[in-house]
Amino acid sequence: MSAVFRREFRAFFTNPVGYGVLAVLFSVSGYFFYLYNLYSGTADLTAVYSGLFTLTLLAAPFLTMRLFSEEKRQKTDQALLTAPVSLTGIVVGKFLAALALFAIGVSITLLYAVIIATQATPDWLVIIGNYIGLLLVGGLILSIGVLISSLTESQIIAAIGTLAVSVLLMSIDILSTLFASFSFVTAIVEFLSISSRYGDFTSGLIQYDNVVFFLTAQALFVFLTVRVLDSKRWN
Amino acid sequence: MIEVKNLVKRYGSHCAVNNISFQAEEGEILGFLGPNGAGKSTTMNILTGYLSATDGTVRINGHDILEEPNEAKANIGYLPEMPPLYPDMTVREYLDFIYDLKKCALPRAKHITEICRVMKIEDVYGRLIKNLSKGYKQRVGMAQALIGNPPVLILDEPTVGLDPNQIIEIRSLIKSLGKHHTVILSSHILSEIEAVCDRIVILNQGEIVADDTAENLSAKFSKERRLEVRIDAPAKEVSSLIAGVPGVEKVAVLDSNENGATDLAIEVAEGVDIRRDLFERLAQKKWPLLYSKPSAMSLEDIFINLTVRKNGGMHQ
Repeated sequence: MSAVFRREFRAFFTNPVGYGVLAVLFSVSGYFFYLYNLYSGTADLTAVYSGLFTLTLLAAPFLTMRLFSEEKRQKTDQALLTAPVSLTGIVVGKFLAALALFAIGVSITLLYAVIIATQATPDWLVIIGNYIGLLLVGGLILSIGVLISSLTESQIIAAIGTLAVSVLLMSIDILSTLFASFSFVTAIVEFLSISSRYGDFTSGLIQYDNVVFFLTAQALFVFLTVRVLDSKRWN
Repeated sequence: MIEVKNLVKRYGSHCAVNNISFQAEEGEILGFLGPNGAGKSTTMNILTGYLSATDGTVRINGHDILEEPNEAKANIGYLPEMPPLYPDMTVREYLDFIYDLKKCALPRAKHITEICRVMKIEDVYGRLIKNLSKGYKQRVGMAQALIGNPPVLILDEPTVGLDPNQIIEIRSLIKSLGKHHTVILSSHILSEIEAVCDRIVILNQGEIVADDTAENLSAKFSKERRLEVRIDAPAKEVSSLIAGVPGVEKVAVLDSNENGATDLAIEVAEGVDIRRDLFERLAQKKWPLLYSKPSAMSLEDIFINLTVRKNGGMHQ
C-alpha cells in the first residue's frame, strides 16, 4: 500500500495535474481570502471555506481521473495486480495519495488563519470544523472518482463522470424543493445532502453522524472499486 | 514449480483456454509455442493471477493462486506481453517502486544495481522510461520481473524488440536463470524455443497439442518418415517407379539442382524402410542414386503440422 501511495503521490508532480489542482486551490482561495478578509477587514474565514467547498467539488475529479484508467490503458495494472499486494491495498494507496494532495491544497487556509491570528483572534473551532469538513467532503468526491476511474480506460471520461456526480451532489438540495410533496424524496435528499452536512461543520459543529456518514461513504466507494477490479479478472 | 490442472478460461461462449494441464519443475525452462490467439498470453495471465480462470487450479511452489494469492505472487516474476512501464518515471524510480511493491527483502541498492548490470540498463538508469527505445523498454520490463529474485519466472515473448546481439544475450541469460528457477517463456520464434527450452508445450486454439522435449517431438513426428533422394533419371519414369515400391505413400518431384537428375521427396508409411528395396529397383534400371537422406521434421514443420491441421493430431 505504501509503495502505491508514494508512487501516486509523486506522479501528481511528474505531470501537470497535481500542480494544476494546487494552483487553482491556492489562487482561488487566496483571492477569496483577500476579498472577504483582507479587503473587507473581517476575521471570519467562513466565506473562504464556503468558496472552497464548491471548488473542491469541481477540482477533486481531476485528482482521481488518472488513477485507474491510465493503469489500464498503459497496461501497467499487470504489474500492480500480479504483485503480492491486496487489491484493497492498491485502491486505498491510490485514494490516500489523492487525499494527501487535496489536503495540502486546502491546508493553505490554515496559513490564512495564522495571518489573521497576527491581527485578531480567529475562531479556531470554526476553522478546524471547516477544515475537517472540507477533508471529508473532498475524500467523498475522491472516493467516487476512484471508483469511476476504475470503470473506464479514458481519463477524460473518468473526469467528466466524476464531475457530473459532483454537480449532482451539489445540486441535490434543489430536488427536495421540487419534490416537496413526496416526503420520502425529501428524506432521502436530506440524508444525502452533503452541503447541509458540510454546513454543520462550518459552524464548528463536528457531529458524529456527519463524520460517520462521510467515512462510511468513502469506505463504500473504496470497497466498490475493489469489487470492480476483482470482477474484471473474471471477464 | 508450477502445477496447472484442467485450466479453462471462457469469455462468454468463446473458449480461450480449454482444459489444459501441465507442470514445470524447478530448473526447467518450458517453452510456450503457438499461433496468435492460441491462448499463450491468457494462460500466462492466469498463472500470474492477473486473470482468474473459469475452472481449474494453478499452484505456484505449492501456493494456490486463488486461495493464497499473495504467497503465490511473491514467488513469481512476470514480464507481460507489453512491459508494464510507467512512462513518466525514470528507470531508477520505477525499479525502486517495483522493489517496494514486491516487498523485497534483499539489500536494495546492491540488488537493483546487480539487476541493472545483468540487463545492461545501467546507462539509462536516470532516464525517463518514455524516452527509451523499444529494446531498452523490454529490458527494463525484464529487470522488473527479476526484482526480488523470484523462483518462478513467466516471460511473455521476452526478446521482442531486441536486436540480434541483445537477443543472444537475453537467451543466454534465460538459460542461466533456468538452472535455478522455473521458467516459462512464450515465443513465436521457433528457433528461440528450440535453443532455450528444455521442454515445449504447443498450444493451438486453447488446447495443448504437444508437450515434450524438442528431440522427442522431432522423433515422434519423424515417424511419418520423409526421404529425400536425387536420382540421375527422367522425372516422370522414376517417380512412377518409386510410387510402385511397397510402403511408399507419396512421391513429390522437387526442383532439381543438377542437370539431368531428379530430386524427389518420398513419404513412407510408419515403420517401413524402403532404402534397400529402392536401391535394387534403381540398380535394375541402371539409374544412379546420387544421394539419399532422411529428413527429420524440424520444429517448424511440427508446429505447422500441429497448428494448421484442423484436428491437431496428437491430443494428449
